[in-house]
Amino acid sequence: MSVRHALLALLSEGPKYGLQLREEFVARTGEVWPLNVGQVYTTLQRLERDGLVESDDAAEAGPQKGFRITEEGEQELDGWLRTPPDLSAPPRDELVIKVLVAVRIPGTDVHEVIQVHRRYLVELMQQWTRLKEDEADGDLALALAVDAELFRLDSVVRWLDTADGRIRRAAVDPGPRTTTARPRLRRRVGVRP
Amino acid sequence: MSVLELSQVSKVYGDGPAEVRALRGVDLRVEAGAMVAVMGPSGSGKSTLLTIAGSLEDPTSGEVCVGGESLTRMSRAARARLRRRVIGYVFQDFNLLPGLTAMENVTLPMELDGVPARRARVRGMAALDELGLADRAGHFPDELSGGERQRVAIARAMAGERRLLLADEPSGALDSVNGESVMRLLHAACKRGMAAVVVTHDAQLASWADRVVFLRDGRIADQTMPLPGPESLLAGEPGQ
Repeated sequence: MSVRHALLALLSEGPKYGLQLREEFVARTGEVWPLNVGQVYTTLQRLERDGLVESDDAAEAGPQKGFRITEEGEQELDGWLRTPPDLSAPPRDELVIKVLVAVRIPGTDVHEVIQVHRRYLVELMQQWTRLKEDEADGDLALALAVDAELFRLDSVVRWLDTADGRIRRAAVDPGPRTTTARPRLRRRVGVRP
Repeated sequence: MSVLELSQVSKVYGDGPAEVRALRGVDLRVEAGAMVAVMGPSGSGKSTLLTIAGSLEDPTSGEVCVGGESLTRMSRAARARLRRRVIGYVFQDFNLLPGLTAMENVTLPMELDGVPARRARVRGMAALDELGLADRAGHFPDELSGGERQRVAIARAMAGERRLLLADEPSGALDSVNGESVMRLLHAACKRGMAAVVVTHDAQLASWADRVVFLRDGRIADQTMPLPGPESLLAGEPGQ
């Protein structure tokens, strides 16, 4: 989540004060991402240093100091909206590593390990869903933010389901020995050759 | 009192080398006002559990009670009456009769149960209205969208004096926004006092339930704990 670009987006609507930016940020993200006022001012200082926003020269730093977006800031925001986040390199996902380790430790019931994580994820999803049910009626920002979290958690549950099934199948039919081809790629996804 | 109670329910299909143990000693209680989701991979026994809970099939052993009455000790006629009167079913493919209007689909089970047509229509309209379908009552299923058809199926399952809703992948054929609407309606029905069991492999749908039960090889392998408040989700700080 880029606070920097979120602030630029808010300023693209017109000049605003620091405190006002904080309140609007929290409201627009459905109050899912809290933000302290110190973070707002630090980010605004950096944006000003980079020429992406301008402030009222006369006013002292503080809640009444106004900020506006510059032309460079608008270009930066436009470019950011259209730039996909870097998803090409697999992240070092702790859960993936735990399952990979569980498969290798003798005497470990990997299905039980998977179920512990699956239950935890579904419990988290229940909490998000309840939040959406209780509070997101008519609050589009909250509904969108909660949906994003639910889809993220859901994808992890689906991966666990697939891993569970794949490990079961491998136990019945181990198939040929794993190849040591593509050692760099295997290291990159966290699998030992 | 539990609306549904399964005690040590087992189900075996076939015998000898072809024997399949679909359920093994399942215990499950669902109180009025609660929605329970049953998750598990294909072949884990989810659908068998639902058909046995709905008295569409008998267990090989164990006991099923609906509304405090044991199905095992009930006559065939009494069980059929229970299915028409107390239990509502929602299926993935809606199971609406194509030659009947939305209203007729909702009222048919009540009329078969001996409810006078006029009273059945009043109850049917109340159920359709609750699901936002009052203006679609005279439409045939092929004149309705997928989401509307499933809402008609839910109205049919809720209409009258039903207390137990059994749903098998109730939003399987719908997109995620319509699927969410279906789960929202089912959960709202539970808040008004119904009990529901929803079978699904979809964690997003299951997350609408008050409790999620995980079925594995015919056994209940695990279940979720009671929910903490949503404020626990709001403790994280955003990244830069």
